[in-house]
Amino acid sequence: MTAAAAVDLRNVTLAYGEFVAVKDVSLSIRKGEFVTLLGPSGCGKTTILRSIAGLVQPTGGEIDVAGRRIDNIPIHKRNIGLVFQNYALFPHKTIFDNIAFGLKYRDVEKSQISAKVTRALEMVRLPGVEKKLPSEMSGGQQQRIALARAIVIEPDVLLLDEPLSALDANLREEMRTELKIIQREVGITTIFVTHDQDEALAMSDRIVVMNKGLIEQVGTPEEVYRRPESRFVASFLGQSNLLPGRVTGVAEGLATVRLDKGHDLVAAAPASLKNDAAVTAIVRAQKVVLGPPDRGGPKGRIISTSYLGGSAAYFVDMGGITLQSIATIDDRVWREGEDVSITIAPADVLLLDEGGHRLK
Amino acid sequence: MNASILSAADRRRPWLLLAPSLITLFVLMILPIGIMTIFSFYEFVTAGVEKEVFTTQNWRDFLTDPFYHMFLWKTIRVSAITAILCALLGYPAAYCIAMTTYRHKWVLLLLLIVPFWISFTIRTFSWIHILGEQGAINVTLLKLGLISEPLPMLYTEGAVIMGMIHFLLPYMILNVYVAIEGIDRNLISAARTLGCTAGQAFYEVVLPLSLPGLMAGLLLCFVLAAGSYVTPQILGSTRDALFGNIIFDTIMGELNWPMGSTLSLVLLILLGAVAAVYSRYMGLSRVFKGLGG
Repeated sequence: MTAAAAVDLRNVTLAYGEFVAVKDVSLSIRKGEFVTLLGPSGCGKTTILRSIAGLVQPTGGEIDVAGRRIDNIPIHKRNIGLVFQNYALFPHKTIFDNIAFGLKYRDVEKSQISAKVTRALEMVRLPGVEKKLPSEMSGGQQQRIALARAIVIEPDVLLLDEPLSALDANLREEMRTELKIIQREVGITTIFVTHDQDEALAMSDRIVVMNKGLIEQVGTPEEVYRRPESRFVASFLGQSNLLPGRVTGVAEGLATVRLDKGHDLVAAAPASLKNDAAVTAIVRAQKVVLGPPDRGGPKGRIISTSYLGGSAAYFVDMGGITLQSIATIDDRVWREGEDVSITIAPADVLLLDEGGHRLK
Repeated sequence: MNASILSAADRRRPWLLLAPSLITLFVLMILPIGIMTIFSFYEFVTAGVEKEVFTTQNWRDFLTDPFYHMFLWKTIRVSAITAILCALLGYPAAYCIAMTTYRHKWVLLLLLIVPFWISFTIRTFSWIHILGEQGAINVTLLKLGLISEPLPMLYTEGAVIMGMIHFLLPYMILNVYVAIEGIDRNLISAARTLGCTAGQAFYEVVLPLSLPGLMAGLLLCFVLAAGSYVTPQILGSTRDALFGNIIFDTIMGELNWPMGSTLSLVLLILLGAVAAVYSRYMGLSRVFKGLGG
């Protein structure tokens, strides 16, 4: 794209014999941006990360970092910070030596190394642990050391390979916030790989949703969550109802979709929608609103209720179609077997074409 | 559970389970060593005859006779050379086996074990046909006209060391292999991304982390070489005898059991001390890990 891009992938492909891990991926990342590669395992996200780091060699395409082509230069000349899922701290070296490691190979002066290590430890809020060994530290602390080791060399880009997945749930949320704060403070361009959508939504400036080696959608967390471009994105992020049907009428910006079992659903009609087209309607579980049975609209019956504290998740039977609904609890929780009315606002319905792409 | 409720039978059970090994150890290790210790203080009268009186003469002989010192030193030297050569030859092999992406790694490991299927003595004898005057090397070189008379290779210290390397190398390779195999590959990747060349990453990560395995291999090779008796007997001349051969000669040749016992204990103490020093710094469990690997 532009010369200002901090990381620029152009048509990157990586195949292992018959198996293509990454197919023709192009992506441009701005300086200071926090970009998350999100997808199920085996979608190619880690392969992209390892290609940038130089741990695997793409079979096609080009990778530029900080305006310099790097896919053809050896790993140790790339100036890239990589944080591993299992931290990969050198067990036989002290915390000081771990963090100083990259500086030593960059011919930084001894006196400066010491100052930089101290500063890095302050940045990850672990001052004074220089003399300890990694084995003397907890998982969360090791993770911070790994982060310090990666950023102390002032890399052109910071690569994070599922860095939080080895931590327990509470610590993970804490580190999520902290990681984001540190990233902002340093202002470092960051590529984060995860299969955890909550992490991706909470931390990213932009999310790259990947599946089967291809990019499905690139956008801000809000964009990918609220306006999924494809069936995969809609089903991978959040809880959605995917309802196949056929358009029976388009009028005044509203389309009527005839679902299975003869139900009609009204959706905001995209410009390209044609009458009689086969579509899939997507409705977020949060947008399926349940009310008292006398309120009008389609009726349903609660199949199951999961009480989640602040909210509740329901499965509702709407005359043969099972809908998922998630509602914050204002007054009451619907119990299994109760009758309810179901309201879905037309603006909350997205339509996909037969190929699974969103109609615009 | 209340301690008193732990019945007498419960408390006996661990000892019952340990009994077979304890009895074996006692009968085959402690008892013979004890008997040898007693013999080392008996007086040697003439071949096959000793007087059961307390004397420190055997120990004084050992401490004052340069003949024994010379062979003890030679044993240490030859064993050390053998162990170090095993390390130099074994480390690259172990590294390759551990790092290969070859799918059938087990074949490579199997190749290491194959020599154990053939009797150690026969394997040692096979060197005679390779190194001897009519052996493969000399015959080939003579036929090619590169030499005019056979090279004296057999019955030398070199032949002894070679024979011992032949027998000890798998132990070294297995120990180092287990150590390298246990290293997290991400550590190497981490070192590379932090600015190391492949060689520097080896020096910074692989070498230090495989050092315990290498040390275990060195210990094992040293101890087994220093205790060896068959290899020098078959491949060495009388000058190339090691301490084990001296013990053999003393007991079987001179029938001097008191002196033989003394020398046996000397070797035991020497090797025990080496193992103790190693254990102090490395932990003996490493050696067993390598053996099991």
